[in-house]
Formats: sequence, structure tokens, C-alpha cells
Amino acid sequence: MEILMSIVIGIVFAVSVYLLLSKNLIRVILGTLTISHGVHLLLITMSELQRGAPPLLDLGEESFTDPLPQALVLTAIVISFGVTSMLLVMGYRTYKAHETEDLDKLRGSADE
Amino acid sequence: MSNLIILPIIIPFIAGAILTIFAKRHKLQRFISGFTMLALLIFTVYLAVLVYQNGMIVLEAGNWPAPFAIVLVADNFAMLMLLLTAIISTACLFFAFKTITPKREKFYFYPFYFFLLVGVNGAFLTGDIFNLFVFFEVLLLASYGLIVHGGTSYQLRESFKYVIINVFTSALFVVAVAWLYSVTGTLNMAHLSERVAELEQTGVVNTIAMMFFVVFATKGALFPLYFWLPKSYFGPPAAIAALFGGLLTKVGIYAIIRVFTLIFYHDIGYTHKIIITVAAGFTMLLGVLGAVSQFDFKRILSYHIISQVGYMVMGLGIFTPLAVAGAIFYIAHHMIVKTALFLFEGAAKRVTGQSDLRQMGGLLKTHPWLAWLFFIAAISLAGIPPFSGFFSKFPIILAGFQEGQYIIAGVALLVGLLTLFSMMKIFGFAFWGEQKHTEEQAKIKIGKVLLPIAPLVALTIILGLAAEPIFQYSLAIAEEIMEPSIYIDSVLKE
Repeated sequence: MEILMSIVIGIVFAVSVYLLLSKNLIRVILGTLTISHGVHLLLITMSELQRGAPPLLDLGEESFTDPLPQALVLTAIVISFGVTSMLLVMGYRTYKAHETEDLDKLRGSADE
Repeated sequence: MSNLIILPIIIPFIAGAILTIFAKRHKLQRFISGFTMLALLIFTVYLAVLVYQNGMIVLEAGNWPAPFAIVLVADNFAMLMLLLTAIISTACLFFAFKTITPKREKFYFYPFYFFLLVGVNGAFLTGDIFNLFVFFEVLLLASYGLIVHGGTSYQLRESFKYVIINVFTSALFVVAVAWLYSVTGTLNMAHLSERVAELEQTGVVNTIAMMFFVVFATKGALFPLYFWLPKSYFGPPAAIAALFGGLLTKVGIYAIIRVFTLIFYHDIGYTHKIIITVAAGFTMLLGVLGAVSQFDFKRILSYHIISQVGYMVMGLGIFTPLAVAGAIFYIAHHMIVKTALFLFEGAAKRVTGQSDLRQMGGLLKTHPWLAWLFFIAAISLAGIPPFSGFFSKFPIILAGFQEGQYIIAGVALLVGLLTLFSMMKIFGFAFWGEQKHTEEQAKIKIGKVLLPIAPLVALTIILGLAAEPIFQYSLAIAEEIMEPSIYIDSVLKE
């Protein structure tokens, strides 16, 4: 299962790197979105995908799932949600101010 | 007692929340934020003295025992950083009162400012690596708000790139944390230090260490990941640029020093002596060359952030108590002087209306106070005795020669010379020469604007004249952070 997940994570990372390197504003934002998905999958996979009871000690179970990565991934998802919404607004404002979504045209010279 | 150390995080948080409610009443906002800032400064001084006298304070959140709960750790290094943060953010805030227009103030300037401090203070205090990521995100989100504040088209364009590079690095940060957790099974930094010591730092652990280095090096603007800095710091007004220039990259440097003295210190020959030292050398050299080639007040200062970050990391790379103490002294010196220089840029721009050096000149005649205060800060940055710049560079370079790292020590000396050259370029173009601003501009009074900067200039003189006790303090901090068992024992209480 971990190997399958690793392959999926690799594909997601490859897609997001491709998107990040493209020249369109929206595609770059989508790239950050997909890279955060890849990272979350990695975070949940990295502690092994254990199957077991909920981590409550007095139920007499022997194997438990590790609750920590789930807590971490929840935090990371919330953060990336906030950052992505911020980025979308900024991308939109940049588009309105410059009337282009081509990053090649959003380059700066030394003197404005 | 230990609950005290959460206050540097809580105070700005509550202040920021209250300020959000009164967003449109800028006079009330100034009153609340000025009052809170002074309270925070006084409290931080008290806390720093307390920690210096009684040793490390550890707070276990929710009263769970150490490896399971998130811990906040106030050791001397963290307290020094908190103190410097409080000093320069007070100066920048009072400068902002005089320079930020009410139109900008009404768009949540002060709430962003305080939320930024929440993130910065939290990042300094936390003893948990995932919590460090969370506080980094808090400070980055606030910094996205501040760097684009005002929304000019230049700011939007460059801030977009700043945000993208930071979002990408944050993703790498989570990857590094995930790997570290899979190898060690813990997130508490003291516990991590123990587990990594058991694992013997080779192969995988070194890879993870380098991943952390890449992440923090991007935040701290090290070679070859500094490209985002000069353009994005050019956009925002001087008060914000000064705060960013003084503070934000140093959070990255703090994280590098913390992680590479507490957790990954077992393979010094590879991580410190090769990777960090080489990165430091190139950072210093290319940063200062960038500064020499520029003809804009603010851009020169921005490139100097890069070259000086190199000195701090060079101190870590040499990794003797003397060098690390020098790096810590250098951080103190740099945060104060760099903030002052950026604020002087704001003051000069208030008179001339621009920051292009070729269009400026003759400020010395019309505004002598501005010129001479700038001169003190500038030669302090270049490392002329008796100011703090000399006494902070001296131990780093001395340690470099003692350890036989002649190349990096030579580079550091050369960079000092080029720093002096570019500082004199600013002085020669903007302050000497013929007066290029109009007579009306010459009559603009900037006494009130200079008032918040003067204490920073006084501090660089004091740091220089009282170098001995301050250096002893830095040396005590360096010996403390280079002996990880002190940190581990206080956190895990074994």
C-alpha cells in the first residue's frame, strides 16, 4: 500500500512542478494547490499506513493507528486552504492591475 | 511561573484581534498599538533578565509531559531574539505612525503588524518542529498581507512571486517534517535530538538535514536561494521594508542555527564545514556584488541583507564557541543597524520623493541630522570601530583564521571592504554633492520621523562601546546552544 501511495505522491509532485514552471498565473496557483495535496499525502503515508483500532488504551486492542500524522495533516490542510485563497485573490488583483496573466510580461526591469 | 512565556505570543495576538474590530478608526488604532508595543517591549526585557538569571523556562502546553505535548522553550538565545524583535518592531511602529498614510492605516495595517509578531515570537519560542512550521505560516501569511499592503501594481507583481516561492518552500518544510517523523517517530526538538543521536547521523538523516537547510535557507535568503529578496523588499513602504529587512530573514537564520546546533550536529565535517560554510561564502560575496552594482538606495540595502546573512551562517559553519558567539552578536548588530538604515531610506525619501541615488544629492546641507545619523549607522554596518559592526565581525573572522578556514575568512574581509564601498556610495551620492531636491523639499522637517530611529543608532554605539559584556553574553548563549544536553535536560526533565 505504501509503495502505491509513494507512486501516486510522485505523480502528484511531478504534475505540480510542471504547473509551477508554466507561465500562466492561474496554472502556477494550481501548481501550489496540487503540491500541497502531494505533501499532505506524503505526510499521512510517511508514518506507515497502519490499520488498527482507534488509539484509546482501555479497549483491549493490540494495534493502534498513529493519530499524530492525522492531526498534522489536518493542520496542514487548513493552512494551505488559507494560503490558496489568499493567493487566488492576489493573482486576481495582479491580473486586474497588469491586464495580463503571462508571467513573462510580469517581469521587472531595474527602473520602472 | 512558566506560563509567563506564552505572553509574547498572546499579547500581540489579542492586540491584533482588537485592532481588527476598530479597523476604520486610525487614531484609536495608533493609541492601542503604540501602548501594546511598549508593554510588550517592557515585558520582553523583564523576561530576558529573568531567563538570564534563573535559566531556561519551559512551558508544556495543556500540562502534558514533554515529548507528547507541544512545548514552548525560552532559553537565552530565544530571549535575545525576542528582545531584538521587540526593539526593532517598536521603532518601526513609531516610524509607521509618522509615515504610513491614514488611507493605508484603515486597511488593517496594524492588525497585520501584530499578527506578524505573533508568528515571529512563536517561531522563536517553540520547541516542537511542526509547531515551528505552523508559526512560520502565521508569520508568512501576515507578511503576505503587509508586503502587498497598499496594492500598487509593482507591489502586486513582485509580492506574487514572493508568495509563490514561500508557499513552495513551506511545502518542502512539511515534506522534511514528514520524513523526520518517519525516521524518528517524534516531533519534539529535544526528543528529536536524542533520537538522532541514537541513529548516528548518516545517509537518510543527512538528507533530511539538507532538506531543512534548503527550506530555512530560502526563508533566510542564502545562496543560491536569495533571488526573491531584493525585488520584493523594494515594493512596500519604508516602515514595512525595515521590519522585513531586520526581522524576517533572521527568523530563517534562527531556525538554521537552532536545528543545526540542537538536532543535526553529529556530522559536522559534512553539514557545517562543507555545505554551510560554502553557502555562506557565496552568499556574502554575491550579495555584496549585487549591492555594489545597484544605484538605488533601497535596493543596495536589500542586497546587503543577503551579504550579511552570510556572516551569521559563516559563524555557524565554523562551529567553535567563538564563531557561534560572533554569529549571535552579529545577528543583534545586524537587526538593529539594518532596520535603522531602511528607516533612514524612508526619511530621505520623504524629503526627495525618490530612492534613485542618481537623482539625489546634497541632503547633508539641508538635513544634517539625517546625514550624520545615517553615517554612523552606515560605517557601523561596514565594520568600522568603535561601533558594533567591528566587534561582531571580529570574532567570526578570528575564529575562521584559528580554525584554518582561510578562504572564507578572506572572503569575509573582502566583503567588509565592499560593504564600506557601497555605503560610501550612498553617502556620496545622496548626502554629498550638489543639492538636487527643490528648495520647497529642503524645508520639509523630518525631526519627528528621525526620533524613532535615533534609539537604534544609540544602540549600535552602545553595543560597540560596551562590546565586552555583550560579547560575554553572546558567548554564554553560544556555549549553551552548543551543549544540547542542557536544552534536552530542561525540556525532558531527566
